[in-house]
Amino acid sequence: MISPHVETLLRAALPASAIIAEPLGRKVFESDGLTALREVPGLVVLPEDEAQVLTVLRICREHGVPVVPRGAGTGLSGGARPLADGVLLGLSRMARILEVDLDNAVARVQPGVRNLAISEAVAGHGLYYAPDPSSQIACSIGGNVAENSGGVHCLKYGLTLHNVLGVRLITIDGDVLELGGKGPESAGYDLLALTMGSEGMLGVVTEVTVRLLPVPPEKRLLLAGFAAVDAACDAVGAIIAAGIVPAGLEMMDRLAIEAAEAFVHAGYPLDARAILLCELDGVTDEVEADLARVRAILDGHGATSMRVAESAADQAALWLGRKAAFPAVGRLSPDYYCMDGTIPRARLAEVLTQISRLSESFGLAVANVFHAGDGNLHPLILYDANVPGEQARAEAFGGRILELCVAAGGTVTGEHGVGAEKLDQMCAQFPAPELEQMHRLKAAFDPTGLMNPGKAVPTLTRCAEVGGMHVHGGRLPFPHLPRF
Amino acid sequence: MSAPGDRAQDLAAAVAEAAARGTPLRIIGSGSKASLTDAAYDHGAAPFRWLSVADHRGIIDYQPEELVVTARAGTPLGELEALLASRGQLLPFEPPRLRGAGTLGGAVAAGLAGPARSWRGAVRDSVLGVELANGRGERLRFGGQVMKNVAGYDVSRLQVGAFGTLGLLLSISVRLLPRPEAEQTRVFELTASEALGRCRDWARQPLPLSGTCHHAGRLFVRLSGASAAVTAAAARLGGEAHADEGFWPALRDHRHPFFEATGEVLWRAVVPPAAPVTNAAALIGWGGAERWHWRPPGDTSAAAEAAAAGGHARPFDGGFGYRDGPHLPEPERRLGARLRDAFDPERILNRNLGEAPEQDHAD
Repeated sequence: MISPHVETLLRAALPASAIIAEPLGRKVFESDGLTALREVPGLVVLPEDEAQVLTVLRICREHGVPVVPRGAGTGLSGGARPLADGVLLGLSRMARILEVDLDNAVARVQPGVRNLAISEAVAGHGLYYAPDPSSQIACSIGGNVAENSGGVHCLKYGLTLHNVLGVRLITIDGDVLELGGKGPESAGYDLLALTMGSEGMLGVVTEVTVRLLPVPPEKRLLLAGFAAVDAACDAVGAIIAAGIVPAGLEMMDRLAIEAAEAFVHAGYPLDARAILLCELDGVTDEVEADLARVRAILDGHGATSMRVAESAADQAALWLGRKAAFPAVGRLSPDYYCMDGTIPRARLAEVLTQISRLSESFGLAVANVFHAGDGNLHPLILYDANVPGEQARAEAFGGRILELCVAAGGTVTGEHGVGAEKLDQMCAQFPAPELEQMHRLKAAFDPTGLMNPGKAVPTLTRCAEVGGMHVHGGRLPFPHLPRF
Repeated sequence: MSAPGDRAQDLAAAVAEAAARGTPLRIIGSGSKASLTDAAYDHGAAPFRWLSVADHRGIIDYQPEELVVTARAGTPLGELEALLASRGQLLPFEPPRLRGAGTLGGAVAAGLAGPARSWRGAVRDSVLGVELANGRGERLRFGGQVMKNVAGYDVSRLQVGAFGTLGLLLSISVRLLPRPEAEQTRVFELTASEALGRCRDWARQPLPLSGTCHHAGRLFVRLSGASAAVTAAAARLGGEAHADEGFWPALRDHRHPFFEATGEVLWRAVVPPAAPVTNAAALIGWGGAERWHWRPPGDTSAAAEAAAAGGHARPFDGGFGYRDGPHLPEPERRLGARLRDAFDPERILNRNLGEAPEQDHAD
């Protein structure tokens, strides 16, 4: 609990509407998108401007109260899981688009602005903000910065890192750091790059300057079916090796295809063991030339069916199956765990085969829906929490999958973040000296350790205790949101 | 048994030994960019020892279909880029080869990108992972070889542009791009303001741009991509064709006549691309965002002009220390010093670089 004295100080300094203290009001914020990990926050504070953020941080610093920043709460790794003895600092009310600067093709926005709202605000100028994480209708740009979010188009357009030009970062000490801006680089160390994906551990972002890109005039979406997962994986490698950079290159395996087809009737080939969705965008001549090359490559790799979407509506229908794949799989099973490992593309077929073998030995089905182009896997492990022992088996299975990813030269999280969820897996990915270096880095920003404590980087004690891999999975929240 | 060219263990041991003795090291690769930091050693430099990374070289892993290469820090840029070219790929950030040389480690440590920066990204945008030795001589790995990776802080990208002060780079994994099928340069007779206006308009259109350079009344524009797209864009933009294919590499490597020494000081400014023209004699690249100025010694007006436009400028040979340029805002300076403490508490690595040591650290 928060001490009454601290609450009194916060009430005196902030408008009444910025503070939520009653238990039911606080309970709303007990988890982010990873609902398996929950804790009712000691107090919820929703500042309306940067001055109020500074006030909250000052009071918390002076009284040693931990602060957990939160955007829209759509994160999938518990990065915004609150603390009972801490303040949950929600940035959702700082949701104004401050400036659209067409001359420099940038927008300056507050952290609570929704990802999709940026593109909507500039669509009339033929511009958009490229990163499109699954939850883009709900997630906030501040949360995107915290997680370095990706999306289906990051193969060509990059992650949040590549599309944010500047942030204002407030440290727990009350320093206001203006990192980057409308120009492409700033003096001194690249603290902007360090802020990306730092999960609210280094400070609170109060403003974000994003790069706007021209909307590509041509988009083509191709669907190809394969009789084997290996063949589809090889085709992915061949497309990239041919020098083609698709806007998106996604794969689904048989279970995911069946689930999606039953759910949204996208028109996927039900006889296929795997499908690839390949989107090409750009100027018309280039797109048409690349489309012909991709078709030839897919043919050469034994595609059993191929279809190019004939209209925007047809494209939307094909994408819908992919975007609805998570909730579609959710209809097959009472519960599922979503993993997020990334591996080098060349290892795709091998790792998927190993996952399939593990699926048999654990006796749990797994559906694969993922960003094939950049090797980012999202295996969905199906289980029923009401069957004794199944949840533990699913967790063990998930842990083995992440071990495979690390062993294949990959990482335990490609885009969902470590948060509170994957601390144990970090022990498998990083030796102690690297973890210690990361702790020293955090201390440079946050000497007293009050910013989002206990997330992202495990303590060495914890790693010693877990010894090996042990996975806490998470059930997918917001099933109505499309997921990539 | 180490592979040929693998001197990582020796280099880390040298750092550990220097840390034990308290002797600062000055890190050097090919020496091509030594002039960028010489100024920091001009006056009353504390005794230091050179630490050469040049022998720590070679490709560790290159699989073209992955679009990723991992190489040791001392690998010469010429050698690396020739290998990539033989497989139809390139380093997206086009690192300058000053004096015709340069290593991968030096390119990443300096963080300088070439003419394609505004379209293919900064050096840090392509860095996927590093192995480094921190100031205690510990060998540490951050990031990896995959595009998407949010496990832990992005320590590898923090190294870019840090001039070795946060770690001695041992090896680096870099994301690659396919070489464009076609390339063409168009030239326009325009004033600087007119050129910026064109660049501004083009930035809002889907065009296969990969470089712009305005100087002395002429705007050079590079188009790269599929043949059909480049031909169509060239027809749409107009201008004259420019046949000299060496123009862009010369610009990248500062062999363009603009960069010939003048007795004045060369300033590099990075500003929002639409910032107004303050100097008709400048060389303007990156669609307007990078501006090079010659200014008389002691004239710091370029810094004030850049700051007024929302950017920054400093002398190119400024020693990465702001001694001749503007200081960082106090919170950033303080945080930078703390980061250095976190990676290199004894200030063994390039001690003289960065903010003036007397401000950071009681020697």
